[in-house]
Amino acid sequence: MSAVIDHAHGHHEEHEHHGAPHGWRRWLYATNHKDIGTMYLVFAFTMFLFGGVLALGIRLELFEPGLQFVNPQLFNQLTTMHGLIMVFGAIMPAFVGFANWLVPLQIGAADMAFARMNNLSFWLLIPAAVMLATSFFMPGGAPAAGWTIYAPLTLQMGPSMDAAIFALHILGASSIMGSINIIVTILNLRAPGMTLMKMPLFCWTWLITAYLLIAVMPVLAGAITMTLTDRHFGTSFFNPGGGGDPVMYQHIFWFFGHPEVYIMILPAFGIISAVIPAFARKRLFGYTSMVYATASIAILSFIVWAHHMFTTGMPVTGQLFFMYATMLIAVPTGVKVFNWIATMWRGSMTFETPMLFAVGFIFVFTMGGFTGLILAMAPIDILMQDTYYVVAHFHYVLVAGSLFAMFAGVYYWGPKWTGVMYNERAGKIHFWLSIIFFNVTFFPMHFLGLAGMPRRYADYPAQFTDWNMIASVGAFGFGLAQVYFLFAVVIPMMRGKGAPAPQRPWDGAEGLEWEVPSPAPFHTFETPPKLNAAATHVIG
Amino acid sequence: MSTMTKRWQRALRLGALAGTALASSAAFAVNDLPGGPSTGQINFPAMVTEIGHDQVWLHNFMLVICTVIFIGVFGVMFYSIFKHRRSKGAQAANFHESTTVEIVWTVVPFIIVILMALPATRVVVAMKDTSAADLTVKATGIQWKWGYDYLNGEGEGIGFMSTLDAAQREASDAGRPVGDDYLLKVDNPLVVPVNRKVRVITTADDVIHAWGVPSLGVKQDAIPGFVRDTWFRAEKVGDYYGQCYELCGKEHAYMPIHVKVVSQADYTAWVDGKKKEMAAQADDPNKVWTLADLEARGAQVYSANCQVCHQPNGKGGGNVKPLDGSPVVQDADKSKQLEVVLNGRNNGAMPAWKQLSDTEIAAVVTYTKNHWSNATGQLVQPKEVAALRK
Repeated sequence: MSAVIDHAHGHHEEHEHHGAPHGWRRWLYATNHKDIGTMYLVFAFTMFLFGGVLALGIRLELFEPGLQFVNPQLFNQLTTMHGLIMVFGAIMPAFVGFANWLVPLQIGAADMAFARMNNLSFWLLIPAAVMLATSFFMPGGAPAAGWTIYAPLTLQMGPSMDAAIFALHILGASSIMGSINIIVTILNLRAPGMTLMKMPLFCWTWLITAYLLIAVMPVLAGAITMTLTDRHFGTSFFNPGGGGDPVMYQHIFWFFGHPEVYIMILPAFGIISAVIPAFARKRLFGYTSMVYATASIAILSFIVWAHHMFTTGMPVTGQLFFMYATMLIAVPTGVKVFNWIATMWRGSMTFETPMLFAVGFIFVFTMGGFTGLILAMAPIDILMQDTYYVVAHFHYVLVAGSLFAMFAGVYYWGPKWTGVMYNERAGKIHFWLSIIFFNVTFFPMHFLGLAGMPRRYADYPAQFTDWNMIASVGAFGFGLAQVYFLFAVVIPMMRGKGAPAPQRPWDGAEGLEWEVPSPAPFHTFETPPKLNAAATHVIG
Repeated sequence: MSTMTKRWQRALRLGALAGTALASSAAFAVNDLPGGPSTGQINFPAMVTEIGHDQVWLHNFMLVICTVIFIGVFGVMFYSIFKHRRSKGAQAANFHESTTVEIVWTVVPFIIVILMALPATRVVVAMKDTSAADLTVKATGIQWKWGYDYLNGEGEGIGFMSTLDAAQREASDAGRPVGDDYLLKVDNPLVVPVNRKVRVITTADDVIHAWGVPSLGVKQDAIPGFVRDTWFRAEKVGDYYGQCYELCGKEHAYMPIHVKVVSQADYTAWVDGKKKEMAAQADDPNKVWTLADLEARGAQVYSANCQVCHQPNGKGGGNVKPLDGSPVVQDADKSKQLEVVLNGRNNGAMPAWKQLSDTEIAAVVTYTKNHWSNATGQLVQPKEVAALRK
């Protein structure tokens, strides 16, 4: 019966929309990589705004010393949930959204390898997000042990801790399924002629990221499962009361946590490696070394975890090993920055919004890289550990790094996704507001950290007031800039309001995603395309 | 003066006014706190230890190298951004590969990183050398205060708790900070002598805390069930302030650290005073107690030490023997139970409680002999415990 209706329906549709379901079924039963990619991006942006509101709660309380708006317990809930939601709810799903949209288009595949698993890995996010977001209303409030949920503080948390652990398990399962899908798609569904070393760098960075995810998400699952059994089933993995070792939790957590940092930045490197050549109108410099640098960063990420733990007290040799290994990461990361600048060198550059965000990314992310190098030095880290310097550092790499790269990506590929051009003026305003307020917010945090202000403090000695006020003002400015982005860029584009986008909105852009019309039709590359030698054009 | 400048001046004055209004809405003006934070501070505090000087040197060294690289790399990038743009008629070149260049910018950073690691290595080794200390103090993180015990060196045996000033905690809730040492004032600071190597052993009773004092260049996590250590040798007499640096629950922001560094003479005087004070508070081992007093004291000792295993009802459970109705407890020979309490049983399954004072053991044994269904009417005096200690 339904098959008949679908069939009849198909006749009235344009050819490229053949068989596209409508209404809520289109989304709930989605198996199309583009629809799923859109859902991922919308979900991630929603969580980003929610996590941002939590952050503004933190900055509101810290505007001046003394408790004005929230009590210390709620403050700890805000910091914890801001971290968990931004990492697991915003940044990671957003990159999976990019991968869903772009990997099949860039390698000339019809869709992701496992279309139904793709649907499941998205829809698993919803119950997890609901559980995380509603944990504020559970008895005792949301988890308040920090996003790193260190033992044995987790033993003192209320039932929301179990909800958060369950949510993380689900998110982990979703990530693993997404990763398997991406790996299989990239390895098996490339169009003939699209060899691995001709693949766009975004696919390369995601391929490596997917392996990282498969390697470390189970480690996180193990750590939080042991936390769960410590809480309820009388085990003592991390509970010193029963002979457990709380530091072991940190080792296991950071064995996941450090590769996680690169999971959140490698795809960003991929986006930047697409945007810079497009607007410099020049091929990416040192493609091969970019691939090797990405792989080196991924491998090194497994042997540096204990630099998060210099103050836990490890032997001299341990501190030295983790210090040296961490400093080594500066080398491949430096190679990437040099390659991007060499790509810009003697190009023919224009500065539309994607390029602005890409250049902003290189500039500000590199500052985060330098503070990372400084933090890698164990003797200095002893002073900086758990101060605002660390907060400044990781927001420089996660906000100015991951987030700015994603903004660059949205402006760059948005016309292909939606079929309309964004408003260039609105994009530029969004960029300048973002980069200025970002620095107003986070640069003073370096000073606070050097002066010794501990992080996760609901109240602070009054000498720290000045910089905290500036940071709070910056944070609200940054928040408003994102609201502006929502109303001036995202909503108009999603509603199709704006100048129609040509098939190739950027004259310097290369790659198979620009070989299909804008907006990209529901089905693309249903038969494998024939590619030119460089695998950048379809020739028949 | 042009109108433009005037307008700017007026804008500046307005801005300054708004700024003052904002600052005064922050309730009060605050001064720098010597040994603690300063207003508008943008760098490390003044260091008073050798490790601290090394840390500052290393940080400056890193800052200089990073700034030079930063200016070099972004000088090139911004030159390119201004010169190689299409609006200036720049034509895109065609190069996209150079193995030589790639090797150069892999090897050069590698060498720079090694140069950075060398001085850092020396400091790491010095930092971790906690041997040959003149004074050893144990800092115990407790939700939400610090306990200090002088374990070794002059002042051995001194122990006290260090808690945030209650008025400041109330001021925080009221949203009205008070004083230059807001959130840093404690009842009992840790007192140490100047120019002596002080080893700080850290541990915790409940969750992980971190004991750190920026001006001394130290920070060490305090981990329940484990001991870790760090050290400092303060070069200057003065007050130095730190805070808990590891999220430890609701009152994380309210367990400050105050280290009072004093001259050797002042330290000796402080130790004498503290010892006398402690002796005055201690129990007189020769005191003869009444049954009621001993039972009341024993109830406290029991709940602090015994109740975890033997349970409030004295029934024990699992491997833990019941005390209620126990023949050993009810035995007319008091030495039987005392022997178990002092020396333990079953390879420490029942631990030895030698570390409790004679009075405490006498009290808790008397309590168990006269509580629940045990109505022996027996009374153990501290002297009897002392006689049984070997």
